[in-house]
This record gives sequence, structure tokens and C-alpha cells, in this order.
Amino acid sequence: MADTGIAALRNSPAAHLAERMRAATVTGARGVTLTELPFLTMLNLRVDPGSEAAARMETALGAPLPCRCGDTTASGDRTAVWLGPDEWLVLSRSDEAPALREALGQAPGSVVDVSANRTTLELSGPSARQVLEKGCPLDLHPRVFGPGRAVSTTVGPVAVLLWQTDDAPTYRLLPRSSFADYLARWVMDAMGEFGAPEVP
Amino acid sequence: MLLITCPWCGPRDETEYHYGGQAHVPHPETPADLTDEQWAAYVFYRDNPKGPFAERWMHGTGCRRWFNVLRDTATHEVLTTYRLDEPRPGGTR
Repeated sequence: MADTGIAALRNSPAAHLAERMRAATVTGARGVTLTELPFLTMLNLRVDPGSEAAARMETALGAPLPCRCGDTTASGDRTAVWLGPDEWLVLSRSDEAPALREALGQAPGSVVDVSANRTTLELSGPSARQVLEKGCPLDLHPRVFGPGRAVSTTVGPVAVLLWQTDDAPTYRLLPRSSFADYLARWVMDAMGEFGAPEVP
Repeated sequence: MLLITCPWCGPRDETEYHYGGQAHVPHPETPADLTDEQWAAYVFYRDNPKGPFAERWMHGTGCRRWFNVLRDTATHEVLTTYRLDEPRPGGTR
């Protein structure tokens, strides 16, 4: 990432907690870590699925738009996440907006950069699922939830987009920026007990 | 706690939803022609049955879409859920 010019002046929503998140790391068999992945590019897409414009956008993305709740599709470093029956979030490290806007053309729909709307917290390690299960009403057991699944739900009292990226397991939590401080503190509090031996 | 099945997202806790009142209340075709009494009946008066009741819900923390729920007001049992463009299962409103 280019940290020059105006990009060097940016502050991510949970940057002030970086030191605390490092200190909250738990190692070993019950390990779990929390980090922030700041400044991911997020694009909100609205388009009629099945229309020609949607097909053009899928070509521009290099992957089909997922058509069911929980599904994601990936192409390179781009991931399209299902938000609603005609709404998606495209996560990436590069700016895809011009290409997608051109693909949409004059068709009904929108391509909006919402990168500042949310930040990304990454929770990873053998205990990550147990940490989330303290406050997430969804069933996160591997038989129903696994890598490549992403759903909008709540963790504690905070609405997040919850995305599992691998089997470690690693989860990405995307809260609204103004909730990032609270959510990071909530997760660090939930991680605390895993530093001690398991109580049988 | 109700377990409500969103037509797009599947079963989720009641806390993810917002309640939207009675479903299938048609907007008057010519509001300007109504008497105050008829307008008040449209704006404020709703059914309050004991038993199956069609109501609107919105999946606020999920897909943010409105849909209809058929719920038994006596037992809180969620009988079925259906999209806004689908008719009420079993007929009537």
C-alpha cells in the first residue's frame, strides 16, 4: 500500500487500539489473535441480478455475483459478498469503481465507494470460534459455516458483516467505523479467558 | 425470543428484525376524496385478532428487506413468512 502523500495522513478507526490488541494475543493450543486490517476498498453494488448490466459487472469483476445469503465469490484479491437480493459488497485492495461503473453504464443500479463506512477486524486462532460464540446468535459450527461464507449479523450488540476466510479459523468482522472501538474492546474482553488453562 | 425465517437469509433471532405493523393495508386510491373519518380509519385503525395475523417485519441487521410474517397472536408461533410480492398463504388478508 502506498503510504505517501495524503494516504500517510489516514487514521483507521481502531488504530489507537493496535497496542492493546497485540497485548491481548493468546498463544498456544487455545490461541487467538485480533488485528485490524485497515483501509480495504469496499464498493457497494446495486443492480438487478440476471440483467445484462449484472452480466457486464460480473465480467468486469472476473467472478459471478453470489446469489444466495452467505455466499461469496472471489477473483484475485477481489471478493464479492452477498448483502441482499440485489445488493453486494466488493472487498479488495485496489480501486475497482471506474471499471464497474463503466460496466453498469446507464442501467438502473449504483456503484458506490463505501470504504470509510466500515473497518475490518481479523480474529484468528483455534479459539476464534468460541470467542465469537459468546455473542453471535448464528450457528458457526463447521457443518453450516466455513471458509468463504459471509453473513450480516450481530456480535455482542454490534451489527457486523461476519466473513470466515480460512480453516484456522480466521474470521473478518466488518463493523461500522464508529462501532469499531467498542467491538474491538468487546472481543478483547471475550478473548481474555483463553489465556488461562481451560476449566474442566 | 421468536425465531423468524427471513425469505432471503433464513432463520434468525427476533433481535435482528424490526416490526412494521399489520400487513396488507391498501393505500386509498383517492385519498383526497376521503372524509376525515375514513382517513383516520386508514391511518390509525388496525385489526387485533386472536389467532393468525399477517404483519410486516424488516430484517434490519441482515438483508434490510421488508417481508410479511403470519404469526399466531395467541401462541406467538410464526406460521409462515413470505415476500411482499406474494399473496397471503391461505387467502384473505
